[in-house]
This record gives sequence, C-alpha cells and structure tokens, in this order.
Amino acid sequence: MKYVLKKLLSCIITLFIVSFLVFAAFALIPGDPALSKLGTNATQAALDAMRHKMGLDRPFLVRYFTWLFDAVRGNFGNSYSYSMPVASLILDKIPITLTLMVYSMILMVVISVPAGVYASYKEDTPVDRVIQIANQIVMAIPPFFSGILITLFFGIVLKLFTPGGFVSLNANPLKFLGFMFFPALAVALPKSAMVFNLLYTSLNGEKKKDYVRTAYSRGNRSKTVFFSHMLKNASIPTITFLGMAFADMIAGSIIIEQVFGIPGLGRILLTSIQNRDYPVVTGIIMLIAVTVIISNMIVDIIYKIVDPRVDA
Amino acid sequence: MRSKKRDFNFILGICLLAITLIPAFVGLFWTPYDPEKMDYSMKLAGISIRHIYGCDNFGRDVFSRIMSGSGITLLIAVGTVLFGSILGTVIGCFTGYYGGLIDECLMRINDVALAFPSLLLALVIVSLMGTGKYQVMLALGLAFIPSYARIVRGEYLRIKNLDYVKAAKLAGASDMRIMFVHILPNTKTVLFSSVLIGFNNAILAEAGLSFLGIGVQPPDASLGRMLSEAQAYMFTNPSYVLFTGCTIVMLILGFSLLSKAKRWQ
Repeated sequence: MKYVLKKLLSCIITLFIVSFLVFAAFALIPGDPALSKLGTNATQAALDAMRHKMGLDRPFLVRYFTWLFDAVRGNFGNSYSYSMPVASLILDKIPITLTLMVYSMILMVVISVPAGVYASYKEDTPVDRVIQIANQIVMAIPPFFSGILITLFFGIVLKLFTPGGFVSLNANPLKFLGFMFFPALAVALPKSAMVFNLLYTSLNGEKKKDYVRTAYSRGNRSKTVFFSHMLKNASIPTITFLGMAFADMIAGSIIIEQVFGIPGLGRILLTSIQNRDYPVVTGIIMLIAVTVIISNMIVDIIYKIVDPRVDA
Repeated sequence: MRSKKRDFNFILGICLLAITLIPAFVGLFWTPYDPEKMDYSMKLAGISIRHIYGCDNFGRDVFSRIMSGSGITLLIAVGTVLFGSILGTVIGCFTGYYGGLIDECLMRINDVALAFPSLLLALVIVSLMGTGKYQVMLALGLAFIPSYARIVRGEYLRIKNLDYVKAAKLAGASDMRIMFVHILPNTKTVLFSSVLIGFNNAILAEAGLSFLGIGVQPPDASLGRMLSEAQAYMFTNPSYVLFTGCTIVMLILGFSLLSKAKRWQ
C-alpha cells in the first residue's frame, strides 16, 4: 500500500513536469494564435481584443496555472479551427482509438505468447527455427507497411473487408469490430514479434537455472516444470514490456489510422499539427502523456505484486 | 550451433545492406532517369525492361526515385543518430560521472521522455518547428537523446568505480581527462550496438513521420513519403508500393541482423 502511494505521488510529480514542459513548449513557439485566427489584415485593436479574450496578454505562469486547473477539470480550451471545445472533440474519438489499442493488445498477446512458449518448448527443432526466421522478418516490417500488405492481401486478394470502408461504432458495432480487426493486426504484428523475442529469451534463460534442474531431479514431468515453474518466472519481464508496448501502441495507432482511413485521435492530431491548432495538439498530447504515465505506474505495481522482491 | 547462426546474421545483414545501400550511394551521382522527370505516357506503368520497378502516378521512374529516396532516408538517419548519440553521450557522461541533484532531475525528465514513444516525441517537436528534412533530423535527434543518455550513464556508473579509474584519479588526471580519455573508449562496445539499433529506429521513425505527411516535404522524396504516395495507387499499380516498402524492410532487417552479429559481442 505504501508502495502504491509512493508510486502515485511520483506519478503526479511527473505529470506536473510534463504538463509544464508541454505548455511551455507550445506557449513559447513563434507565431501569434490571435493573428492566425483573425488573419493578417486585422486591425491592431481587434488583435489586442482577441489576445485579451484568449488570455494571451497575461503573464506566462498565470496562463499556465489557469490552463492546468482547467485541464484537470477536463477543459482544454477551444479548438481554433473546429471552434468547439477540445474536450468534446477528443472525447468523440477516444472510443475509436481505444478500441484499436485494446484490440491490438489482445491480438499481440494471443499471437506472441503461444508462439514464444511453443518455440521455446521446441527449442532447436526445425519448428523453432522457422518461427525464429518469421519473427525476424515480421519485426523488420514497419507497421504502416504491414498495414498496406494486410490491405492488399485481406482486402483485395481475399476480399475479407473493404479497404477504407470504415463503419462507425454506433452505426453497426459488429461491422465496426470486424473492420477494426485488420488495423489492429497491423499494429499488433511488429509488437508481438518483440514480445515473442523477449518471452523466448527469458524462457530459454530459465532453462539453465538451478531451480529447474532441482524440479527435474525431483521427478517432475517436463511439461509441469515448463508450464508451472519456468513460465511463471519468465513472464515477469514480459509483463513489463506489455506496459511499454501499450504506450507504443498509441504511436502505432496514429499511423495505422492513416493507412486504413480511420477517423480517430491520430487523424485529429495530424490535421491539428498541420493547421497549427495548438489547443487540440496540447490536449491530445496531455491525454497521451497521462495514459503513458498511468500505464507505466500500473505496470510497476503489477510487477511488485508478481515479484515482491523488487525494490523501487 | 549458436556461433554459426550469429555469423549467418552478419553475412545476411551485409548482403541486405549492400542491396539497399549501393543503389543509394550510386543514386547520389547518377540515376537511370531523372527522379523528378514526369512522363504522363508512362503513368503508373508496370514492371518493364526500361523501368524495372515501374512508374508512379506522374510517370516518374520508381527505381530512380527509390535510389534518391533511400539517400535522403539514410541522410536523415545518419544525422539523427549522430545528433542523438553525441548529445546523449555527453549528457550521459556528466550525469553518470558526477551524479548529484542535476543527475536526479535530468534522469527524471529522461525517464518520462523514454516512456514516450520516440515517434510521438518527434511528432511534438515537428509540430513546434515545422516540417522538412532538417526539422525531421533535429526532431528525431532530440527524441533519441534520452535512450543514449541512459545507456552511457549506466556505463559510466559501472566504470567510474573500477580500479583503473581510481588509479588515474590518484595520478592526478583531471575529471575531463578521466571522462573522455579513460572512460569513454570503454563504452564503445555498448555504444556501437546501440548506434546500429539507432539507425533502425531512425529509418523507421523517419519513414513513419514522412508517411504521415509531416516529415520530408516535396520535392524531396524519402522512402516513407513515397510509400504514402504509393498507398493511394496500390490498387492500380501494386509494384510501386511493394518495391518501396520492401526497400525499407530490407534496410531495417539489414541493420538489425548486423547489430545481432557475433563479432560485436
């Protein structure tokens, strides 16, 4: 419990630092949001009025704390280009991107864990070697290219889905999930290659340890030793990686959304970057930061539960 | 068995890199066609003897474009890795050697930055600085600093308590001399393999950014940029998208096999 509180505290401090850095970065860049909103022929008086209305004429720290207190309450200001609150803009898209991420997470575990366990169980057999080679190749395929390959193969050759035919969740949940399977696969594949590698290496590392030899010498069947002793120990680094992979999947999803034409958070982030719509960009970045930091905290806590020897 | 497999990594890695790097270097001086020359009669032409990889939507020769595109991708990768590794090494040196409050603060920020996917970090930096070849290099370089800083710092923490460093200190060597003359050469094994992996990540990240349209801007064409253009025409001319994508895969596979080769261990 003390550990959880300690983690929570350090989590809040980290978030504070991140929020300050993000805000400072976007507040200090050249360019005047009032000018870009009103256009270059605006009069000086109109500009001053707009700056006052947007709160740009106040001192930096005042602006930061106002922004922070608003942000904590879920108010990220108004988007410049969509002229609607950033929060509702983002909130609309969260289910789409979140579905993609959770879906990919599930696929990643479903693909990599059995493959890793099986390959390690069959170490140094032809099956193992084939899986190894396939793994090397999958790891080298960037997610956007695997997305394109999946579109070509499943969409055009096998005609299992319509490329670019995104169906919204409210329109048809079943079709939505069916369509999302393919982008999720594209996000999951490179990551599952990494999970596979990690699990495989740590399983093979366990094989040489004393406790495994002891377990064998006590007459346990090799399957029992493998699944109930080794797998448990080998899963610890994998769990940590899964947490990191979750953070990475945000980046993966943003790219894959572009490949498959999914109107999620990634698309808004990209258009906002191109339009220099900073309230939206800061809002989404803060959302991602919170997700990353919280998922890391959860991983640390799970790690502690699985392996109480860990000191932090 | 194991050593044989590792050497196989080295040979295959070199072969794959030769296939991709030689055309890229040749492309700096000569390409079969002008990569920017448009020829509408050849629009989206398939594979032929004159255009071995076919043509794109403007009738430009894909092979020539891949040759010059890989050059830009590699240029960005080299710039990124140099920038990130040099600054990261310097930060890692000082924080690892001196420790203290600054180390504490910098590593806290470092941990946060590391937890962030480097592509997202680069995305933030690009959105602050604008798009283009050099901006991408700077953005990715900055995004790569934390990982190098962490690696080098770890090495310094380990090495600074070794006997030979203590001896150098007793002999009156200055901190700077110990840091850069005595310790730095001993981090080279670790640095070398992380530089190779860094190449990989840089190619991947650049391709990702350019694919999203916020990396390299036309008329410059990097592999990621070409892939995003090719994606729109993958139904009519799949060879364009396949050749471009495979070049990226071969580059990444080549570097990752090379970094796993036995002779660096």
